[in-house]
Amino acid sequence: MNNKFDFSSKFRTANIFSIFIFVLSIAFILFKGLNYGIDFKGGTLIELRSDNTDAASIRSILNNMSLGDVNVKKFGKEGDYLIKVEQKETNDNKIIPIIKKNLSDNLNTEINFRRVENVGPKVSSELLQSGIIAICLSLAAMLFYIWIRFEWQFSIGSIIALFHDVVITLGIFSVLSLEINLSIIAAVLTIVGYSMNDTVVIYDRIRENLNKYTRLSISEIANLSINDTLARTIITSVTTLLALLSIFILGGEILRGFSFAMILGVVIGTYSSMFVASPILKFFKVSYKTLEKEEEKIVP
Amino acid sequence: MLNFSKINIFLIYIIFLFISFFSLLNFQNLKNPIINKKVNLGLDLQGGSYLLLEINSDPLVKEKIQSKVITLKKLLKSNNLDYSNFKINEKDLSFLVDDVEKFKLLFFSKKDNLLNPYIIKYNSFELDLDVVKEKNVRVSFSKYGLLTINNSALTQSIEIIRRRIDDVGTKEPTILQRGEKRILVELPGLKDPERIKDLLGKTAKLSFRLVSENDEFGADKLESETGEELSVSKRIIISGENLVDAQPSFNNQSNKPAVSFTLNRLGAQKFGRTTTDNVGKRLAIILDGKIISAPSINEPIPSGSGIISGNFSFQEATDLALLLRSGALPTPLLVVEERTVGPDLGEDSIKSGITSLMVGFILVILFMLYKYKIFGLIANTALVANLLMLVGILTILEATLTLPGIAGIILTVGMAVDANVLIFERIKEELKTEKSIIHAFDTGYTKAKITVLDANITTLIAAVILFAFGSGPVKGFAITLGIGIITTLFTAYFLARHLTSVVVLNTKNKEIKI
Repeated sequence: MNNKFDFSSKFRTANIFSIFIFVLSIAFILFKGLNYGIDFKGGTLIELRSDNTDAASIRSILNNMSLGDVNVKKFGKEGDYLIKVEQKETNDNKIIPIIKKNLSDNLNTEINFRRVENVGPKVSSELLQSGIIAICLSLAAMLFYIWIRFEWQFSIGSIIALFHDVVITLGIFSVLSLEINLSIIAAVLTIVGYSMNDTVVIYDRIRENLNKYTRLSISEIANLSINDTLARTIITSVTTLLALLSIFILGGEILRGFSFAMILGVVIGTYSSMFVASPILKFFKVSYKTLEKEEEKIVP
Repeated sequence: MLNFSKINIFLIYIIFLFISFFSLLNFQNLKNPIINKKVNLGLDLQGGSYLLLEINSDPLVKEKIQSKVITLKKLLKSNNLDYSNFKINEKDLSFLVDDVEKFKLLFFSKKDNLLNPYIIKYNSFELDLDVVKEKNVRVSFSKYGLLTINNSALTQSIEIIRRRIDDVGTKEPTILQRGEKRILVELPGLKDPERIKDLLGKTAKLSFRLVSENDEFGADKLESETGEELSVSKRIIISGENLVDAQPSFNNQSNKPAVSFTLNRLGAQKFGRTTTDNVGKRLAIILDGKIISAPSINEPIPSGSGIISGNFSFQEATDLALLLRSGALPTPLLVVEERTVGPDLGEDSIKSGITSLMVGFILVILFMLYKYKIFGLIANTALVANLLMLVGILTILEATLTLPGIAGIILTVGMAVDANVLIFERIKEELKTEKSIIHAFDTGYTKAKITVLDANITTLIAAVILFAFGSGPVKGFAITLGIGIITTLFTAYFLARHLTSVVVLNTKNKEIKI
């Protein structure tokens, strides 16, 4: 038996910590809110490159146009700026050429408009809705899959862990006021897949060990199984993080938010597989009998 | 698990070679006439414009319901039904009718019903009849009537958008229907979509109507380009449908840009007759409810061709000619989503995507070598094979590679080794208790199989959902992630397993360390 580390003694502390962070994340999401990008809030985004200007002069030109809430910031390399203009109530198809013309006329320098996006109010609310549906659906699909492959206790355990990962990732995005856009939804869904992947590996081992060591308590089994799979958990996290760090550092400004969310997700997901998904089984009093009962049900 | 029949080995490598062959096609510059497949670059990588347009069928519904008025009144009169209080509303017609029952019978008759045709496709009438109060009835389009209007407007809009865009001459545009009311337009390589947006933003409904001197009944007051207000007769002499061609040209007298047009036979006849009868009067040329010019008729014009001279630049004349040639849009279009990426940003994205892919790849390879030595080499070989196959399948499908798609490939690199790690770690455990090395490898593979499968299916589920709900670039990510999982399973369980078996079987009885 491989019991190098005693994880089960840390379960209680970890659970209290998790609940605390989880509640804090929900509080942040509810009260501070999420910083939605134009994908979900609607509005106009312009990325421009110009050598002889600064954010302040761009801002003052745009403020003179009375466009409403305007946000100008540096973006990546020197000379790159990102402009965000708040959504007007109705679609205004003329706003982009007007802004472009005003900037070109007033900045007295060459401007390269690298990226222009405009999302109308209807489309943005649809995108947000389908993003939320996609996340919920993926959670439901996971719940169902684990329910088929394991027992319902495992399925509930894994879904709570997933929920924990998604909420805390979004909570951190709220705390840091990082932008939530379409690629963040993609990242969250991938986190769901990754964290589930991690949980399944440990659950698989728990199931195997439950049958093997019928005398051990579920805490001991969980501890044993986490230890058994620990090397794999660490190696896979390391390789995935290596790939993600490479995107985060070298992949350019557009992928930065996405890779940051993924990095958070991998770390949180790895933690939750060990310290959230596994202890929950204890709460449901899972033992080798749970597995037997299920088998009896299947065989008439 | 370590025994492979010759046919199995053959199949594994044939499949691998076949699929990875396609990945090489992306590096050929020449157009290969036989297999001309390539991974398409998304708009975020090659630069270009994405426009999502929405049709608004409300004005069309209003127009269509108004067009029913004459038929409806005729029907009422010819059947001696007295009606009063006739009102034309935005979406319906309401009036009082004496004999509601009789009207109902006529209204819902399936035989020769000119007013309310039966749509066989939907098993429904075009119009609905509501009895608001005793004699007060309301006629409006049925759900399927509205659907028919909407669908035909959508198809027609797509056709006209295609004509307009083709006329401008952008390369390889994509024009697709998206849902019930939307049209997706993708214009690769287009740096500034403003001209296209302008062209698509105009319905371009053209009509020629006489300017009435005295305020006759039913004349419209319209403003001309010069700011002058003219009252214009409601009767349309010719409309855009009568045009067969329109070209930019110059006005001979003023030498200003103009648009010359040619009418079809019917249009030419009507135009000839009207100009003969109304010499000295003014003719208003109206586009989308605005008078673009109102010249006086100096002499009859029987030829069926003429020029429209207004106050425009040559570019405007060119665009007007283009709009007139392509025909009028049935309803106004609204740009509800727009994304444009400049070509240099696309290039930068490709560069940074490739760089991070290379670096991530090298880091993972070095780490695996350090961790598993000879078996790390096997895992790395599988990883290279995995990448080749992933790109190969993307090529076969002619999938679109986006920036998030590249991120998906990098992520696959990081996660693909997981399958081999799971297997190797399992074998390590088996080696502790098992005396026979071959047996340990065998059990390792067998026991890890279920776990590997379970672990990968969960990620696959996430990818499938992302594909179903994601749009544009995000879909590209879902595609690479999903295909990456399949190639990972193949390379880990067939390719890497065979390589492992070769190593293990050839080092019989010697120490093997993982």
